[in-house]
Amino acid sequence: MAEGMKMRAALQGDVAEVKVLMSHPMEPGTRKDAKTDKLVPAHFINEVVTTLNGKAIMEAQWGGAISKNPFLGFKVKGVKAGDKIAINAVDNLGNKFDGEVAVA
Amino acid sequence: MDQLRRTFLKSAGVAGSVVFAISAGLLKSGEVLAAAWNTAAFGAKNISDAMSGAGFAGAAESKDIEIKAPEIAENGAVVPVEATSKIPGTTSMAIFVEKNPTPMVASFEFMNGTEPYISTRIKMGQTSLVRVAVKAGGKTYMASKEVKVTIGGCGG
Repeated sequence: MAEGMKMRAALQGDVAEVKVLMSHPMEPGTRKDAKTDKLVPAHFINEVVTTLNGKAIMEAQWGGAISKNPFLGFKVKGVKAGDKIAINAVDNLGNKFDGEVAVA
Repeated sequence: MDQLRRTFLKSAGVAGSVVFAISAGLLKSGEVLAAAWNTAAFGAKNISDAMSGAGFAGAAESKDIEIKAPEIAENGAVVPVEATSKIPGTTSMAIFVEKNPTPMVASFEFMNGTEPYISTRIKMGQTSLVRVAVKAGGKTYMASKEVKVTIGGCGG
């Protein structure tokens, strides 16, 4: 369902601006299905860990109020071209999503 | 439960205890550094409970936190928000929407040279203050910006 993770890391000086687009429904668990009138079960990415060449640089906890198909932008200092920035995300059902990009 | 685990981790200190924790099934391998998902803060139904649950109770207003968000959001399901902290030593940041049914949106911990800057898209049920809180040097700060919502984004 949610394999796609698009990443881009653009270098300016020694700062990389990283942009990530994930593919995920981000169901908060509070929304009712229009047809059945039943609550749609919660299904959202809740933990995100980002690394630079394997070293942790940012860790996030998300709730269901991050929009569907989440966008995440952040900036990392002390980066050079070719460095690898990776993301590991987990949703509340335990599904894992990974992405990696070389800084350009 | 979460608090317990955190306290345990803090007091564990030595690697041996952490290894013990992993083998005892208290921690999933590879998750040792990541804090447990903050169930209390994310489940809180009002802004003050959410903020204190996330460790931001009594945060001081600061003009050094910059929030970029639209004045008017036509679609509450996708509201772009950019936050930057200019407070030296900022180590974490959290985003709240005061009038959402559960105000806590997300929290971010910065380490190893990552700038205290986040850009994301959030859901807003109605017109509300968007609040960004940060931790820096053992103190907490916050700033708010109102976003008017024409169509709410929580009911889908």
